[in-house]
Amino acid sequence: MSPASTSWLIRGAEVAGPGDRAVTDLLLAGGTITAIGAGLSEAGARVVDAGGLMALPGLVDLHTHLREPGREDAETVETGTRAAALGGFTAVHAMANTEPVADTAGVVEQVWRLGRAAGYCDVQPVGAVTAGLAGTRLAELGTMADSAARVRVFSDDGRCVADPLLMRRALEYVKAFDGVIAQHAQDPRLTEGAQLNEGEISGRLGLAGWPAVAEEAIIARDCLLAAHVGSSLHVCHVSTAGSAEIIRWAKSKGWPVTAEVTPHHLLLTDELAVGYDPVFKVNPPLRTAADVAELRRALADGTIDCVATDHAPHPVEAKETEWSEAAFGMTGLETALRVVQRAMVDTGLLDWAGVADRMSVRPARIGRLAGHGALLAVGGPANLTLYDPAAPAEAVSPAGASKSRNTPFAGMPLPGRVVATFLRGIPTVLDGKLA
Amino acid sequence: MKRHLISAADLSRGDALLILDTAEELASLADRPIKKLPTLRGRTVVNLFFEDSTRTRISFEAAAKRLSADVINFSAKGSSVAKGESLKDTALTLEAMGADAVVIRHSASGAAHRLAGWVRGSVVNAGDGTHEHPTQALLDAFTIRRRLRGGRGGTGTGLDGIRVTIVGDVLHSRVARSNVLLLSTLGAEVTLAAPPTLLPLAVDTWPCAVSYDLDTELPKSDVVMMLRVQQERMTAAYFPSVREYSRRYGLDAARMARLPDHAIVMHPGPMNRGVEIAAEVADSVRSTIVEQVANGVTTRMAVLYLLLGGTEFPEVAA
Repeated sequence: MSPASTSWLIRGAEVAGPGDRAVTDLLLAGGTITAIGAGLSEAGARVVDAGGLMALPGLVDLHTHLREPGREDAETVETGTRAAALGGFTAVHAMANTEPVADTAGVVEQVWRLGRAAGYCDVQPVGAVTAGLAGTRLAELGTMADSAARVRVFSDDGRCVADPLLMRRALEYVKAFDGVIAQHAQDPRLTEGAQLNEGEISGRLGLAGWPAVAEEAIIARDCLLAAHVGSSLHVCHVSTAGSAEIIRWAKSKGWPVTAEVTPHHLLLTDELAVGYDPVFKVNPPLRTAADVAELRRALADGTIDCVATDHAPHPVEAKETEWSEAAFGMTGLETALRVVQRAMVDTGLLDWAGVADRMSVRPARIGRLAGHGALLAVGGPANLTLYDPAAPAEAVSPAGASKSRNTPFAGMPLPGRVVATFLRGIPTVLDGKLA
Repeated sequence: MKRHLISAADLSRGDALLILDTAEELASLADRPIKKLPTLRGRTVVNLFFEDSTRTRISFEAAAKRLSADVINFSAKGSSVAKGESLKDTALTLEAMGADAVVIRHSASGAAHRLAGWVRGSVVNAGDGTHEHPTQALLDAFTIRRRLRGGRGGTGTGLDGIRVTIVGDVLHSRVARSNVLLLSTLGAEVTLAAPPTLLPLAVDTWPCAVSYDLDTELPKSDVVMMLRVQQERMTAAYFPSVREYSRRYGLDAARMARLPDHAIVMHPGPMNRGVEIAAEVADSVRSTIVEQVANGVTTRMAVLYLLLGGTEFPEVAA
């Protein structure tokens, strides 16, 4: 990486802002954006020709599995943040289901320090809601909030906080430090042994069905609880049309509810399971084309606040097996922006200002993350992504910076290319490669 | 025909008729003192059984041996699989041994499909989880045609217009899935009769009719196929009790009397006598249960013969 003292002059980028798109130069120095305007010059600055490129605020992921500590064979903080930088991210939220679980100040501080050492993007640890993700008693939420990692998002992701009383208490408790509970909405009884969205495909393939209602019932319950106690609920990886409808209704009441959708739920459907290739096995499962259409619409109208990758790396042997034996999850950091271009921008549902909002501004706000998610402005943090939306669609390679290869998009042509990523004025990616 | 037989949906009507007609020719072999043909001499068939199923394994074993193939039985219990070896590594081992065909029985839906991606030989699905069991459907179709179309008189014909009612735990039944697909391909009119809890949610997309009331279906059935119901389904609230299930969906003598005179009663085995089928029904003249077992060997011979492209076609018809 270049020294922090280097200043960078980005020439001729298109800045996505509300309502307008302007071609301009940007000067990055000392970790901030020091000038924006046409025809900028700066002695000693290194120049990036950004003609034809979109300049977006650095992307923020609310939902990343970095697997460290515990499953360093699948991913480490170092490899995961490299993948994040290549995908245009400047901050990721590291989920708590590590081994040991991130349910103490010690573990969240370890993850936070590993992120600082890696340097490819900021790593904000998510704390577990319940001790050991066991769903029986609260983890020490306040201690994690007060730790050096300053945890604000709490989630048992991978498991649902199914006990309604425990969920109520968690929502209430985190009000003391402006926390948010990010719920993995999955009724455990309705999904015992479940493998694939319950519908025509699961019936035909003989795979145990995963009903939409198992997600929707928990979301409805939790929206009511959030309203009752006046605390913030965030819904992870919304996957059904019905879930979007419930969230739209909750928001119409003015309730403090936010939601995310993954790139794969915006593009892929359960029909991909017909070959029983577990690369398409994910939690929540891929749904139907009707669900995909409704999720896109909900993201476009703001019902769903943001895109979050649920990047879930797994080693080869966890997927090269029978479907029911295979692990749930897909990688997603390196392809997220390209998938969003294809699903949302190229379809006319969202403009680039909208992408900046859904992939940077709102996830940073939900994550209470300072220094990220600001629209590009003089005096603001120099966290930004240069993206070429006109790059010809290229087939996705399974081999990337992530340690794992379980991308469902392998071989699929996707448009666009992340050209450069800057973290506080320092390039982490230049010319599409790690800097 | 395709290289593998994984789903009954892999078979066109022409493919299915070819198998049934070949089986019909091979059937005459069973009446000869020497039941063996040299057709698959030097070819290797592996029976890869991850689930205990003695009846299916010996059926395939007999079929392969009557065609003079070398048979290797690989049972998961007590093998490397029990020690944690993956399906893929098992497949690569079989590949190294030069298996021309692998007959696989597995508790996971899709296992046969996955295996086909890892071996060069033909894969025959002998039951994968709650997905399919295509050779069971073939032997059932063969049995129906023989009984209702009069033995060799049925050669070359499908099952057009024959009304088949399949009763019981459709949701978890690989036999039901394969039969719905194959019997409808052959022109039969299939009706599923079951409590709503034991039908897949999207069963309306299947090529069959659905009924919750067995009694209204019986008088219009040419064939009634009873599925095995597992008692543990009760604990997952699929039905309140075995007795209630039996009362509403079991085939007893009184219900059998509602069938047309020519109708037959089938069961893929193993039976729960007194649950889905009463003993006097299982042992009645309508019952084809023992014939199904015999026809299983013949039908599986036809499948192995056609998949492995045996060169010396049996001149058994002569």
